[in-house]
Amino acid sequence: MNFGLYEIISGVVVIAVLLGIRFLSSPRTSVAGNRLGALAMLGSIIVVLLYRGILGSFEVLAGLVAGGLIGLLLAIRVTMLRMPQLVALLNGFGGLASLLVASVVVLEGGSRLTTANILSSQLAIIVGGITFGGSMVAAAKLDGKVRQKPLLLRGHSVMSLLLLLFMAALAAYGPFARAGGAHAIMTGAALASLAFGVLFAVRIGGADMPVTISLLNASSGLAASICGFALGDYLLIAIGAVVGAAGLILTRIMCRAMNRSLLDILTGRTAYADGIVQAPVPQAPEGERAAPESEESRIEKVLGIISVAQTVIVVPGYGMAVSQAQSRVKELYDILTSRGTEVRFAIHPVAGRMPGHMNVLLAEVDIPYEVLCELDDINPCFGETDLVIIVGACDVVNPAAISAEGTPIYGMPILHVHEAKHVVVFNLDTSPGYSCVENPLYEKSNVIMMLGNATDSLAALLERIR
Amino acid sequence: MKMDLWIMIAVFIVSTALGYKLISDVPSLLHTPLMSGMNALSGITVLGAVVAAALALGYGSRILGILAIVLAMINVVGGFLVTDRMLRMFKSDK
Repeated sequence: MNFGLYEIISGVVVIAVLLGIRFLSSPRTSVAGNRLGALAMLGSIIVVLLYRGILGSFEVLAGLVAGGLIGLLLAIRVTMLRMPQLVALLNGFGGLASLLVASVVVLEGGSRLTTANILSSQLAIIVGGITFGGSMVAAAKLDGKVRQKPLLLRGHSVMSLLLLLFMAALAAYGPFARAGGAHAIMTGAALASLAFGVLFAVRIGGADMPVTISLLNASSGLAASICGFALGDYLLIAIGAVVGAAGLILTRIMCRAMNRSLLDILTGRTAYADGIVQAPVPQAPEGERAAPESEESRIEKVLGIISVAQTVIVVPGYGMAVSQAQSRVKELYDILTSRGTEVRFAIHPVAGRMPGHMNVLLAEVDIPYEVLCELDDINPCFGETDLVIIVGACDVVNPAAISAEGTPIYGMPILHVHEAKHVVVFNLDTSPGYSCVENPLYEKSNVIMMLGNATDSLAALLERIR
Repeated sequence: MKMDLWIMIAVFIVSTALGYKLISDVPSLLHTPLMSGMNALSGITVLGAVVAAALALGYGSRILGILAIVLAMINVVGGFLVTDRMLRMFKSDK
């Protein structure tokens, strides 16, 4: 292939997309960055239609319009709570699109295909199929259509391994097969990869979803890139690689935030201990422990603390999203800041069901992004904080991660809320989070538990503050 | 053809490295819109799908190609629009 107009335009599109990503480094410029990327993509579609002389194809145009309309509807109708499902779904669509394009290459190519073409087509089919199968299960789990608990079948690992070997054998044999055989191999690879993707995702639990959808994000990009190899299209290779890199970065960040190795999650060692683990914490002497109190007296106490607190840090978790308590949190934020209290938010990287989930939920209720702080930035501040308000978070504030060696949660970076003067917890109950490790924080004498639906308990508190 | 393969591999490596460098600078504040933006970019397959569908001779591969166009286009339009919607929610207090 010689370098012509199309290659030059591809270069321009890639530069525009990378520049757009550069703009994502600040919320101030991010909207422009995204639009730059969108414009570059639109331009590249128009160029391809003109350059290849396919503007007259009715089916192609109908396909473009139909897909565009469905995309438009999805984007308008999705709520921020359901964002992880949408991203998982789109990961899957990206993978399936690459699988289909690679299949057409195999079906139409015949004897014109080189070894590299065939090999990359088969690989694109396999990676695309795994992405699609895995993403559909992830989306169904996130949407609550399937139980979020990890499902481990009899011989799960053996089946996965056999499928993997089967796919590797098919891919290796692909270049030597004749036309009819190539079609059979293609179909076999597609089915095996779908099955592998499903097997991979069913054994992953709800709280491991941030890692899973980051990984599937990466593989959807990788599938597009390999598809580019099959077609000999540099633009697909480059953009797919960028998506793959993004997914890889997010996967690494998520793994670090949960203190898990990627291999553990991939091989299904995700199931934390069965049953509840008692964190061996030094029990406070009887006298210091908070005696059971009535709800009324607890509210009184919270009101007292709030009225004198100078610095407040709010820690949101997935529970806030489930209970849709964001707008109540915002009301509290408004009241406190209008009194001159300093209020910030501590966002743990794995709070929620996808990277950055808490940030979009809080941005939606107009909390300014300057007060949304990352784990490393906010952790040194807890020591001099008067009050921490936890809304629907458990594992990410569990001090057992620091003290209780041997428990599944040990070593995970947490928010050091236990260093603050007072802590008020708005959680549904005191049961442990996903890690199944009891949270010793709840037993401390400076911690007040406001149990129940966070929206209701916050409303009750707000009623009294006003 | 040998040469082409090496160029493709080079493009892949350079793009991955550049992407990695730039995306490392995206704050965790914007990681959700980053992911949906990447959904949109993975729809780049639409370029391959358009050509594949238009040039396909067989009836079956034509249908597969058009299905690929629809799916990739859902990603492109849905991904960019929902990213735009989210990014516009992030407001400064200054």
